Amino acid sequence: MVSSALFAAPNSNLEGKDKVSRKKRFWFAIIAILPTFAIFGWVRMFPIAETLRLSLFEWNLLSRNKPFVGLENFRELFQDDQFLDAIINTAAIAFGAMAVTIPVSMVLAAVIYHRTRSRFAGFYETAVFIPHVVSLVPAAMAWKWVFDAKLGPLNRLIVAFGGEAQPWLFDPVLSVICIILLVSWQTLGYGVLIYLVGFRNLPKSVYEAARLDGANGVQSFFFMSVPLLKPITLYVSVVTLISGFNVYAQAFILASDTQGAPGRLVRVLVLDMLENSFQNFRVGYAAAEAVILLVIVLVLTGVQFGLLRQRGRK
Amino acid sequence: MTVSSNTRSRRKNLLLDIMLFVICVLLLMPLLLLIANGFKTPQEILVWPPTILPKDPTLENFHRVFSETPLFRWIFNSLSFALLSMIAIVITSTLAGYVVAKFQFWTINVIFTLFLATAIIPFEVYMIPLYFQVKALGALNSIGGLLIGYLVMSFGIFLIRQNVIAAVPDELIEAARIDGAGEFWIFWHIVVPLLKGPIAALSVLAFFQAWTTFAWPIVVLTRKTAFTIEVGLANFQSAYTVDLALLSAASAAVMVPSVLVFVLLRRSFVEGIAASGMKE
Repeated sequence: MVSSALFAAPNSNLEGKDKVSRKKRFWFAIIAILPTFAIFGWVRMFPIAETLRLSLFEWNLLSRNKPFVGLENFRELFQDDQFLDAIINTAAIAFGAMAVTIPVSMVLAAVIYHRTRSRFAGFYETAVFIPHVVSLVPAAMAWKWVFDAKLGPLNRLIVAFGGEAQPWLFDPVLSVICIILLVSWQTLGYGVLIYLVGFRNLPKSVYEAARLDGANGVQSFFFMSVPLLKPITLYVSVVTLISGFNVYAQAFILASDTQGAPGRLVRVLVLDMLENSFQNFRVGYAAAEAVILLVIVLVLTGVQFGLLRQRGRK
Repeated sequence: MTVSSNTRSRRKNLLLDIMLFVICVLLLMPLLLLIANGFKTPQEILVWPPTILPKDPTLENFHRVFSETPLFRWIFNSLSFALLSMIAIVITSTLAGYVVAKFQFWTINVIFTLFLATAIIPFEVYMIPLYFQVKALGALNSIGGLLIGYLVMSFGIFLIRQNVIAAVPDELIEAARIDGAGEFWIFWHIVVPLLKGPIAALSVLAFFQAWTTFAWPIVVLTRKTAFTIEVGLANFQSAYTVDLALLSAASAAVMVPSVLVFVLLRRSFVEGIAASGMKE
């Protein structure tokens, strides 16, 4: 462990010189790492601690006194309809996006991996990945048009096939589905990329053996790839969930018109938090929401580690 | 293998290729139509089915966007923010990653582990107190203020550390020391050149992270001239919801260059992202 290798000096036949160079090395290490550590403390550790602290206080941004209220903020949050609405929407978006992303990206990655030697392989990877790198706002604007009730291609397609046009961005349930679609479209490329790495690292001999035993592609996908890729599935699920719980820009663009036709506002956690802090001037209350977000993320990560360890023991 | 099974598998592959091709085009379709809409006249934008190549392409929308919004200013703000953040992250991550990988002092390792543990905490959790720190410095509405949130990246330190362990042999560093080289000289002339690949990957990741960020700039920036492109577009779109062609032109003007940059740097980018999946 760390303590046994306090000084990693491989050639210790230079005993006398060693002490001097050890000291020199230590000072280099300190000087090289100090700026990074200082910045970390300043812009990460401190504000994280502040979030935890502020969540126990009531502070309206302007007044000087900041009364300590204990867990009052949390108690109030769980009776606050807007917050409950936000957390339900956010959870629906996070789990919905995961439910779409995981199976779709796994199958897509399997097919792209199967066609690695195709001359279009580079195109497939790039095309699937572009939605992941495009800035959120332009991408969301493109989808906003797709979902537009009157002019949007989606409704026109539905009508063309004899269906009934839907008020996609005006209905409470439909607008959440729209956000799920947008988020999934964006995370899909990430999922495919990680799964591709997974497929490339799978042992080829096992597949060869299965093929000789007469397994076809679909069978070896379900009975071999899916179980073998479980750690990756777990990882991608948690990453998707965590980023889903942080959804903000998508809801901001897709479902919050301030002018023109009033789209329905899909309240999500980050939006509710920012509104409480900067519009309602309830900083302590908003910090309590941030703490809840933190707890959700920690629980999800904990579950991931727990499941991985369980696997390791088997 | 018999001829018939060979042709059968070839036919199957062709089918898969066609399927993948269609899926890819469908995935890109919203973006392609958005770009196309930017070049359309208000009449053509209403035409069904939508045309991918405008019949009567016009640059009018782009003229209007550039004259009605400080789009260049916003792009400039985003570019400077992303570049500075990239430089800061590359410097801090490379130095810290190298030290953590090769200098086994327990103090440093303990602090590093602590910082790495914060990597899972989303920015949104500590954004509000950070806002007050920036405000106290009087740095609201400035690139410096934005930058404060994006100076370090836990994953960057981790990425460099893994690559130093894999690619920089102890013997090499030791040999340089015996030759009397100073520690900074070793870092700059031996370690950094061996890390070109991961540094490139990290640069691209850091740049795109800053370029696409949304929640932090929307909190820190309230003045129109200070907006990044994302915040500018978001505000623009809520003010012009009805003018679809104009919105599309604005989005396309921003999106196309960044997608081109991505396609050029794809390999570095993919390497970085793939490495992030290999965490544990």
